[in-house]
Amino acid sequence: MKIQSKKLEVWYGNKQALHAVDLAMQEHTITALIGPSGCGKSTYLRCLNRMNDTIEGVVVKGGLLLDGYDVYEPGVDVVALRRRVGMVFQKANPFPKSIFDNVAFGLRLGPRIPKTELDGRVEQALTRAALWEEVRDRLTGSALGLSGGQQQRLCIARALAVEPEVLLMDEPTSALDPIATAKIEELLHGLADRYTIVIVTHNMQQAARVSDQTAFFFMGQLIEVAPTDDLFTHPTVKKTEEYITGRFG
Amino acid sequence: MNRNERTGFGLLAICAGFLVLLVVALVGYVVSGGWSVLSFGFLTEVPRNGMREGGIWPPIFGTIVLMLITAVSATPLGVGCAIYLVEYAREGWLVRLIRLSIRNLSGVPSVVYGLFGVGLFVNGLGFGPSLLASGLTLGLLTLPWTITASEEALRRVPRSYRDGALALGATPWEAISKNVIPAALPGMLTGIILGLARAAGETAPILFTGVTFSRPDIPHSVFDTYMALPYHLYILSTQHQDIVTVRPVAFATATVLLGIVLVINGTAAVVRSRLRAAQVG
Repeated sequence: MKIQSKKLEVWYGNKQALHAVDLAMQEHTITALIGPSGCGKSTYLRCLNRMNDTIEGVVVKGGLLLDGYDVYEPGVDVVALRRRVGMVFQKANPFPKSIFDNVAFGLRLGPRIPKTELDGRVEQALTRAALWEEVRDRLTGSALGLSGGQQQRLCIARALAVEPEVLLMDEPTSALDPIATAKIEELLHGLADRYTIVIVTHNMQQAARVSDQTAFFFMGQLIEVAPTDDLFTHPTVKKTEEYITGRFG
Repeated sequence: MNRNERTGFGLLAICAGFLVLLVVALVGYVVSGGWSVLSFGFLTEVPRNGMREGGIWPPIFGTIVLMLITAVSATPLGVGCAIYLVEYAREGWLVRLIRLSIRNLSGVPSVVYGLFGVGLFVNGLGFGPSLLASGLTLGLLTLPWTITASEEALRRVPRSYRDGALALGATPWEAISKNVIPAALPGMLTGIILGLARAAGETAPILFTGVTFSRPDIPHSVFDTYMALPYHLYILSTQHQDIVTVRPVAFATATVLLGIVLVINGTAAVVRSRLRAAQVG
């Protein structure tokens, strides 16, 4: 298993946001986390790269293994962890820099990379994010001049540039129009050959379209996890069925 | 629009118009008073004949060097303090104490800064009455301004710039130095420069710390006394034995001081728009 959580609990102060979540994800698969707002799916996602650490008063209990090693073990290098586990946010967050500098941002954090190699890796990341053809002639232009869909693909390219093993996506298309959304979904299929992807989504069709495995969260609990086709056709828990058939949410 | 709306907006427009009128009147009054003696030589020559003739180069030079010392001393301290408050400090008694100190500092009358400057820089550190002592005193005076402006600029940077950098494996300091500060820079610079412009016109803090009534040349080092525009203006307007004759010189001095302040403010505007344009493209 690439990722495995064991009785993972998250507390915000004295409010419990996640209850004993056991969930495993295989390498090079796409796992979709679904559930109504406030169900804990984003909280779970943000444990995987420890972005929860930036919120004051967060306590995480239980185990969360990446390649068998607990990422919450004392002494774990969070910076190194985040280079292995990339993240794309709900709202595209290009930095106010050029397109090139955005993609190169993560690469420039490490040891100095020669210019030719940097150019190559930026091109490769943009190609993988299906953005290269659209921006190759304007790499020095500001990233803020791109359309919403392009900005989100830029953020994907930026995350891919540092060669992570896992890619976390927190509702990456919720602010995009259907065409831009379709482009990103198409992109995800190709990316699963190289990366283990975890995607939080509000959109059940999206989960059904892109993922291999779907996990349904409700009120901080993992209610059901199954291969996507099974979960959407034969949910075994009543709550799951009610949610995917749109009876609440 | 109905009649009440029109009257309302009309009154607001009059308020705004009055402000413009005030600026025009003030600048016009000062410039017209000094017009007769303003010339290129006025900017480059030293005062002659008991300040009745010649130029005001020494006070211009003094004010400019003073601004440089103020900027160099206040900016790193103020920006550093703002970064600490916004990015690192956790709410608690220490932060409350720092904020209370900043608020109180900004309320201290400038003449008290002057006294403090005497105690700390002139006597305490032994700089004597000098450019350095005055520049550092003005640096303290602008500190609350610099901190507040930098803090606001940092707070306006979206959280997503920090989180985005952290998620790419940046350390907290890398996220701040490579992403947050560049984004906050236009706002920070604007605030800092405006603080300097305000300091340029201060008289009280330099009064006890090194400014001199008259000297025939420019200072040779930062430990020398110097002339400065606001004090020169004060001397010409109240202390001169022949106030009526030197009145145009006083007005011309005021014009130059206004000019310097406007140039500084203009620089702030240009710097800000350049940096913004570089980011948005």
